[in-house]
Amino acid sequence: MSGPRTRGAVRAGQYLALLAYLAFLALPFLWLISTAFKPAPELGSLHPTWIPEDPTVANFRQAFAEQPLLRAAANSLAAALAAAVTAVVVATPMAYVTARRRGRLSAATTGWVVVSQAFPFVLVIIPLFLVLKNLQLINTLTGLVLVYVVWSLPFALWMLTGYVRALPAELEEAAAVDGAGRLRTLLSVTAPLLAPGIVATALFAFITAWNEFFFALVLLKTPEKQTLPVVLTHFLGAEGVADLGPLAAAAFLATLPSLVVFALIQRRITGGMLSGAVKS
Amino acid sequence: MTLLTTARRSGENAGGPAHRPAHRHRPTDHGAWFLVLPALIPILLLSVGPLLYGVVLAFTDAQSGRTRATQWVGTLNFRDLLHDTLFWESFRIGLVWAVGVTVPQFLLALGLALLLDQGLRLRWLARALAIIPWAMPEVVVGIMWRLVYHPDAGILNETLRDLGLGGGRDWLSGLATALPAVVLVGVWAGMPQTTVALLAGLQNTPRELHEAAALDGAGAWRRFRTVTWPALRPVALAITALNFIWNINAFALVYVLTGGGPGGRTRLPMLFAYEEAFRYGQFGYAAAMGCVLVAVISVLLAVHLASRLRGDE
Repeated sequence: MSGPRTRGAVRAGQYLALLAYLAFLALPFLWLISTAFKPAPELGSLHPTWIPEDPTVANFRQAFAEQPLLRAAANSLAAALAAAVTAVVVATPMAYVTARRRGRLSAATTGWVVVSQAFPFVLVIIPLFLVLKNLQLINTLTGLVLVYVVWSLPFALWMLTGYVRALPAELEEAAAVDGAGRLRTLLSVTAPLLAPGIVATALFAFITAWNEFFFALVLLKTPEKQTLPVVLTHFLGAEGVADLGPLAAAAFLATLPSLVVFALIQRRITGGMLSGAVKS
Repeated sequence: MTLLTTARRSGENAGGPAHRPAHRHRPTDHGAWFLVLPALIPILLLSVGPLLYGVVLAFTDAQSGRTRATQWVGTLNFRDLLHDTLFWESFRIGLVWAVGVTVPQFLLALGLALLLDQGLRLRWLARALAIIPWAMPEVVVGIMWRLVYHPDAGILNETLRDLGLGGGRDWLSGLATALPAVVLVGVWAGMPQTTVALLAGLQNTPRELHEAAALDGAGAWRRFRTVTWPALRPVALAITALNFIWNINAFALVYVLTGGGPGGRTRLPMLFAYEEAFRYGQFGYAAAMGCVLVAVISVLLAVHLASRLRGDE
């Protein structure tokens, strides 16, 4: 058996390893923040420092002046909200059926959820591009939202099915015994209990759409229609050292909504993923 | 807008073939189908349909902006692909990238999950920090690491200079360093999901067995191998399979970091197909690439699942 001294050494080693992990996870992000607040001369310095010597918000002002960030953010917000709301409205009833009835339909849904993870997007995006072109939906947020809804459905179904399974079916049966109709039971018993799960799923779909890049890159052509990630890439290219500041500032701002929303739902997301995984 | 479109489509399709199996299967329950249709129709129209259409396109000479009608070309695209050394090079890079990201991602995440399972003091901080890579837009992750790797203003070279390890490398433009540099970013970006999944798996392992093994004098490694790993194995297999698929389909990260350069050293299959389809307009050829990718992924998955089933016996 190990004595107290070796145990102490093991603990110390564990803390050291944990600190190394924390540094690996956090330092790149801290560097992004640091760069965002550095004035141009400091960015050109041969010996960059972690903490800006003369912090400034000039980079943020310049970022807004260089690229239409506000409009891009508005586009992203509109697309992500529409996609998230539509996805849960469509997915919740299906998830309910999948969770409550075992049969061919449930098996097919689960199968599709798994298979859809393996799609190379390029095989799907070319036909989608042609279909949306025929519908005159290329270079429109509507077209993008349609793609986002379908794209976030597998995960939404997965999570929501897990949440429905976690609700005891006896509650609904009890309501039925008390004489409540089927619709009434769904609306007054199931829906309120499911609401937190629905909100978490919608927020996750929101983040996914807010962060998405590939479909937006292919489907949106004119700068006025483009979403935030696409506009951010306009900062790239032949960047001089002086342009790094605005780039970092814009990238930092684009991350904040996702971080805030994700922090709110993190526990629910991990819980939902697992209940879906464990019980299916 | 979307709702309207969906509703109109569901109207058009009501009474379609989708209804019939339900009738045969469970003659009394129409309600279930009304609940399922709103999701089923977009799935069929915008996911299953395009997938099949994509496979069909692979056998045509479809190009963007062409006035002449698209024609069947049989397996011509696939025969061309066989001799396309650039594609196979990109394919090789894709495999190196996917394995090079998935394996360290798994090992590092396993280490972190085991640490977090020990009840150390800084768990809350690790949880909070793990959110960052997970929630960040991939484009921002790419931009952020470009700043870290930047030859002059980047912190990596500065740190190396301070440590006296040389420096002044241009990591993302160097022929030898570009792929390892983007692989590191891939590992960073995917670690949190993997850690969370593994941590959940760990928390399902039977505590009593652990304690019993410890009482019997089993060391940490033996306890891990005989108690923890068997319980963790299904989760580990599932998450590595998913990670591999996600990694081989990766696009945004590398698009932002290197755009596929230098000299194609980081041109993942997705970037290659994207350029083929949307820069050169070769829809048919790009669709054929997509088919090859699907086929390879399916084979790898089948092998993976088979080994998993064998392991369970």
